Amino acid sequence: MEKELLSILKNNCRLSVEEIAVMLGSTADEVKAAMKELSEKGVIVAYNALIDWEKVDHEYVTAYIEVKVTPQRGQGFDKVAERIYKYPQVTACSLVSGGFDLFVVVEGKNMKEVALFVAEKLAPIDSVMSCATHFVLKKYKDSGVIFNKTYGDDREAVVL
Amino acid sequence: MNIKQMVKNNILETPPSGIRKYFDMINEMEDVISLGIGEPDFETPWTIREEGIYSLERGKTHYSSNAGFIELRQEISNYMNNRFGLKYNPKDEILVTVGGSEAIDISIRTFAGPGDEVIVPEPSFVAYKGCVMFAGATPVTIELKAEDHFKLKPDQIINAITDKTKAIIIGYPNNPTGATMDYEDYKAIVEVLKDKDIIVISDELYAELTYKGNHVSIAQFPEMKDRTIVINGFSKAFAMTGWRIGYACGPADALEQMKKIHQYALMCSPTTAQYAAIEALKNGEPEVRRMVEEYNRRRLVMVDGFRKIGLNCFEPVGAFYVFPDIRVSGLSSDEFCERLLMQERVLMVPGNAFGACGEGFVRATYATSIDNIREALVRIGRFLESL
Repeated sequence: MEKELLSILKNNCRLSVEEIAVMLGSTADEVKAAMKELSEKGVIVAYNALIDWEKVDHEYVTAYIEVKVTPQRGQGFDKVAERIYKYPQVTACSLVSGGFDLFVVVEGKNMKEVALFVAEKLAPIDSVMSCATHFVLKKYKDSGVIFNKTYGDDREAVVL
Repeated sequence: MNIKQMVKNNILETPPSGIRKYFDMINEMEDVISLGIGEPDFETPWTIREEGIYSLERGKTHYSSNAGFIELRQEISNYMNNRFGLKYNPKDEILVTVGGSEAIDISIRTFAGPGDEVIVPEPSFVAYKGCVMFAGATPVTIELKAEDHFKLKPDQIINAITDKTKAIIIGYPNNPTGATMDYEDYKAIVEVLKDKDIIVISDELYAELTYKGNHVSIAQFPEMKDRTIVINGFSKAFAMTGWRIGYACGPADALEQMKKIHQYALMCSPTTAQYAAIEALKNGEPEVRRMVEEYNRRRLVMVDGFRKIGLNCFEPVGAFYVFPDIRVSGLSSDEFCERLLMQERVLMVPGNAFGACGEGFVRATYATSIDNIREALVRIGRFLESL
């Protein structure tokens, strides 16, 4: 049940617990308890809306930053990652394979603000060797959902 | 000249689909939630669409062989074997058709004509009876029963068979009821059919949309395989309705004759669709599973919803239809659907559109978003309370 519940929520977390219970052949109370437990265990981390900020009047810019790091003895990358992801400007941070080490997503009001953050906060961190900043110009798809697509029903009324 | 007088009687006498008038009505209305359209709401998975596009870009715009590209028939053969354990030789036991609909038409026309009878269990897909009548044969209907969960029973077949019976059309998972037949259900009717000179036309277009257990085909019974035409296609499973591509599998001697009609009437199935279909069978499986998973969740919500607002319905475990019993409303199926549409702007299809015995029921499809289903159930509930 746990996996199926997670799959349902991943798809649409606005379903009522009653609807989810019907889908799982369970009861609303059981679903509520399972969701609570999954949250407490840190499996379900958050229930967020996916927003296309382009469509609202909102000053906003995103940058993807490739960060090269010198790992520290005994702590690997975790310590420096922590220093970085604690900043509220950092909305995502992952350790990755390939030509750099940390993939950091930074959000700010404008390019200048993000650039200043990188120059004043990110780059000066001791074990950070280099940062390559890529500003996002247009977002096409996020979390499996295509942006700027109408999801209306345009099927013709057919006879069968 | 009075054109109508020139038209053949069996065409004149065949009524148009009873669903039409509702679709004409909703064209004039706004904010209608349609639970009426019998096709997937999903777009064809991109990997499949892209292969269609590539084929056009490469200039693959010519005819294929009449039976369809051999590569596609090979993929169909593999699929039928892997999925249902049915072995068909791609060379002469598989015919690619213009949708499952063409396969239904030509299999009936190949075996039945004036003076012949074809058994058509109802409620069922509206085209069966029409195709039998166009062929000049006589449809003999069987009334499937709600208390049997709309399964086909052996004594019903026995009562329908005469010395004129040439074929029987079996359609499970069923449109409009969502009913399925399991192994035991088929076993009982196989006992009746196995030693009769009656062709079984088994429409299995909704096979992939089976939510409990595995789909069973009557052709899986060894004594039935050489007398059964299995019809399947891409429309429902791969959300490819507009591509118009399906296929028939059966004994070479039968397909050879069916192929003649196909050859002269259609030449071949659209080749863009054939290239796309190859990709569907090679790489479409994960997307099919994703769609089936989503249909299943909606199905459970819809069945539960109907029951909660006081409409009795058995649990349909196939296709994407629910067939609730609306007799508690005191209205006929037609009145129910018309008044519901006018009052609450929800479209369902009256059960009698699929045969007289569908009276007292309506067809609702869950091939629509969960938000639509939720809102439709609220409106239908309000409608029932207003009666």
